[in-house]
Amino acid sequence: MTEETKAPAPAVEGSTASERPRSDGPRHDGPRSGPRFGSRSGPGGPPREGGRKFFRRKKVCKFCVEKIENINYKDYRMLGQFVAESGKIVPRRLTGVCTPHQRRLSTAIKQARNIALLPFAGASR
Amino acid sequence: MNRTYELMFIVRPDMLDDDLDKLVSTLESAVTTAGGAVKSVERMGKRRLAYAVRRFHDGIYILLTVEGGGAVVHELERRLRVTEPVIKFLTVRIDEEQKRLDKIKQLRESRRKASSTAPALEAAPAASETPATA
Repeated sequence: MTEETKAPAPAVEGSTASERPRSDGPRHDGPRSGPRFGSRSGPGGPPREGGRKFFRRKKVCKFCVEKIENINYKDYRMLGQFVAESGKIVPRRLTGVCTPHQRRLSTAIKQARNIALLPFAGASR
Repeated sequence: MNRTYELMFIVRPDMLDDDLDKLVSTLESAVTTAGGAVKSVERMGKRRLAYAVRRFHDGIYILLTVEGGGAVVHELERRLRVTEPVIKFLTVRIDEEQKRLDKIKQLRESRRKASSTAPALEAAPAASETPATA
């Protein structure tokens, strides 16, 4: 929710970038749906000027915010948000899910794959 | 040793309802003879599979919740394996997870009561949230 404001000078840039999650690399395959992580013009928002002046929305864990504790393999629609088009589990650094929840999420996705609710690879077709 | 398990299995899509009823009832009787108890049987209906299983692209999903020890699960899995129309199954133990969820729910209830009586103490429960979810 809180918008991180830009670094005022290139000297400060190095220190602020180090504490942020490394997610400004090119995205290979995004999640199927989910407006939360859908970045339109790159993760930085507006194009940066001279290597500074960009802000990024702070990612928050969906499960912590919505107080979802029950991460279940049967809920394949919800799990689908965290599975890329290729069938891969989307990494935490892209989705912003916290570590304990990502752990439960990955087990749930693997169980769902086992019972053919989610694909192991590729789209379901 | 009472544990709760969830067995989800998929039968082939061209199975008739009567045969399915028969299959489910035999499984239920197998559970009781093995010393367990059936808590619920849920038919989740026909669904498209995410990938082909034994060249089937659809399947009928059935969810069986069972209480009992490992012998019950062993017997049920053996039966599912030898039953021809069953194309896939998955067993998950759910009692521990349920216990965890109940605990969190209880914690939240008590917290809500505490916050309604003393709203000034809002920050304290928020800080203690992290170890509870971990």
